[in-house]
Amino acid sequence: MSAERIFDIRNLHVTFDTPDGRINAVRGVDMHVNAGETVAVVGESGSGKSQVMMAAMGLLASNGRAEGAVSYRGQELIGLPKNRLNRIRGAKITMIFQEPMTSLDPLYTIERQISEPIMVHGGLSPSAARRKALELLKLVHIPDPERRLKSYPHELSGGQRQRVMIAMALANDPDLLIADEPTTALDVTIQAEILRLLAELQKKLGMAILFITHDLGIVEAFADRVYVMQSGEVVEEGTTRQIFTRPAKDYTKMLLAAEPEGSKPPVQDDSPVLLDAKGVSVTFTAGGGFLSRSAFELKAVQDVTLSLRAGQTIGIVGESGSGKSTLGRAILQLLPSDGRVVYQSVPIQGLDRAGMRPYRKNLQMVFQDPYGSLSPRMTVGEIVTEGLLVHEPQLSARERDEAAIKALKEVGLDPIARNRFPHEFSGGQRQRIAIARAVILKPTVIVLDEPTSALDRSIQKQIINLLRQIQKSYGLSYIFISHDLAVVRALADYTIVMRTGRVVEEGPTEEVFRTPKSDYTRALMQAAFNLKEVLSRQAVAPA
Amino acid sequence: MLAYVLRRLFGAIPTLFVIITLSFFLMRIAPGGPFDRERALEAKVLENLNRVFHLDRPLWEQYLYYLGNLARGDLGPSFIYRDFSVQQLLGSGLPISIQLGASALLLALLIGSVLGTIAALRQNSWIDYGVTAVATFGITVPNFVVAPLLSLIFGVWLSLLPAGGWGNGGPANMLLPVITLALPQVAIIARLIRGSMIEALRSDHVRTARAYGLPARMVVIVHAMRAACLPVVSYLGPAAAALLTGSVVVETIFGLPGIGRYFVQGALNRDYTLVMGTVIIIAVFVVVFNLIVDLLYAALDPRVRYD
Repeated sequence: MSAERIFDIRNLHVTFDTPDGRINAVRGVDMHVNAGETVAVVGESGSGKSQVMMAAMGLLASNGRAEGAVSYRGQELIGLPKNRLNRIRGAKITMIFQEPMTSLDPLYTIERQISEPIMVHGGLSPSAARRKALELLKLVHIPDPERRLKSYPHELSGGQRQRVMIAMALANDPDLLIADEPTTALDVTIQAEILRLLAELQKKLGMAILFITHDLGIVEAFADRVYVMQSGEVVEEGTTRQIFTRPAKDYTKMLLAAEPEGSKPPVQDDSPVLLDAKGVSVTFTAGGGFLSRSAFELKAVQDVTLSLRAGQTIGIVGESGSGKSTLGRAILQLLPSDGRVVYQSVPIQGLDRAGMRPYRKNLQMVFQDPYGSLSPRMTVGEIVTEGLLVHEPQLSARERDEAAIKALKEVGLDPIARNRFPHEFSGGQRQRIAIARAVILKPTVIVLDEPTSALDRSIQKQIINLLRQIQKSYGLSYIFISHDLAVVRALADYTIVMRTGRVVEEGPTEEVFRTPKSDYTRALMQAAFNLKEVLSRQAVAPA
Repeated sequence: MLAYVLRRLFGAIPTLFVIITLSFFLMRIAPGGPFDRERALEAKVLENLNRVFHLDRPLWEQYLYYLGNLARGDLGPSFIYRDFSVQQLLGSGLPISIQLGASALLLALLIGSVLGTIAALRQNSWIDYGVTAVATFGITVPNFVVAPLLSLIFGVWLSLLPAGGWGNGGPANMLLPVITLALPQVAIIARLIRGSMIEALRSDHVRTARAYGLPARMVVIVHAMRAACLPVVSYLGPAAAALLTGSVVVETIFGLPGIGRYFVQGALNRDYTLVMGTVIIIAVFVVVFNLIVDLLYAALDPRVRYD
């Protein structure tokens, strides 16, 4: 491997002018990439890792400004006129992005979108570009490539769209592929496939890859060298082995230690069953208006049975579309469903809103999105105490306020927070507020729907510890829904694995994780915990 | 596609029926009648008139009679312009209104989208502020101010253009009314395009297009413009229907024989059949333009295409 430096960033600063003043997003970053190597840039959200690349490629938002030097094979890119920059980006340096759903233009076919850069940079005719596009789709193992050329992005799955992006990126034989969190929005098994594809293509084509991610598992399996970024600066750099075995900086150590850990001992067998769900099914019907005859039925959850004991945490694991969230909602009677759900020997299946109200106090829920699930127009105090207005109307305003103070303290927030609005808090703090809102009612069961998925690993760890601590002090039972196996392993004592609405496997967490019985669970575990081995295998077309 | 169009058009028949029924009875609830004058007509004359126009029959019978005629394509005679049928009145006025409205719409689309795009590309520059200011002006100043001003300046003081009248529909006669009609539309379209263009330019797929080194012109025209057009297309349905069916203010001030006047005059004179005729025309235009908009939208956006 040649050690020729192809991409060199020196003392790069990025600033954004906002109405609230100037923000220094990147502060004096030095980085380089050698020909053919794989470099990872790691950092938590807000560390400026993406903005470094945006600045280098001239893609900053209009209020952003880049200063410093970025060179590609001796050619300075910062301040280069757009028409000359356009000869490099998309040809010699290409990018793939985090959001496969929105990174492709929804209004044009795949063929057109892959062909455009080929025609612009290579000067190929439309028919030659089409042939090349077809070749590229085959290269990235898209099934049925002929037909896919004519497809629009919305007709493709997330993984397929990311493959299309990769095809676009490879079209002009790039020297450097910048991948900005390319698998973050994808399921773990799809993530493994995409990473395997990238590794295979790199071996075949020899381009360098600059990989931006927050996921250390990927870095360890994928990268030769690592830069660790924190609040706009590179805090540590080194080979992957160095960083993972002998991290020098506290921040790096903290990141490495932020992988969820610990486990939960199973509850006693004689622990009483709180919530018993038998044969829960949810069917969605789409279409079937009175003009069109054919209605489309989607069986989101099929015949799922679970029973939750006092003090137990059941983890429900599955990829997107597995029906795990729908199941959670169906059990709490937030969706019309079939089956039989019993809470403390009272059948609650099919109860309407008014009928469920007395039980809602005991059956609480925390949602994934800490940004969307808190009303932006209410103070934190109002949000946290709103449930008390319904369930304990006898409380005075003062008593409610005292309860809010207590609940906020319990979730590790300063009680002064109750006079402020949700937008003043970070994602992790908001999730604490959401937990306080559930805990203040002293429930017995909380359904947690991906409560840690939108958070950085280090914040995740804090939330996991908080959930553990609350469970211990109140003897709570959780149903913990997540696509993140590491988090489930740390929190749940019983695990259910779901796929396309059905239970694939279930059992005590230790057992499911140590000796998975079904092929699907095994594939999930491999993709989540043993990425390196998955990547070393030959890439294959997805089924 | 053809099946879809036919289904939509047949689907509009109940809508039209409801509109016709409501308008018919609403008209009759209004006090007074077509032959009420400041000096009352002789009783015998009034009786004869009422008999000729079937106004002496019970209301439901008149309604059925009207529907019957309508089904045969007969909109009936005008009660006020007694030598003309409603068909003749609309037949002579509608082409003029359509000609004016269509010209105004094209002009507004052209100028509005260019202004909006420039403003979006130069966001927060003086050009942007200028366009926004002009747009606000265009929306806020009513046409009954614009029309006489234009007529006064270009027709009377400068004597460059006729101050009013249709002539034979020559460009000189059309210019001022078309500008008056177009001005607020320019403003609305410019604002719509500016907003959606800014959003489109910030979208991820435009970032992709830039990251792949596509020339700026291609990024804007191919990738941003098409998405930015969508809200304008939605707006065009009702706007086109309103413009093409004439404007009472513009037609009155410039003295143009369009159909916009008929609606207001007919209502004031209780010219029942003329009002019904204009209501039906407007309703049909709204239905047809909404259909055109939906087809256009589907042509632009593959995500909403029908099988």
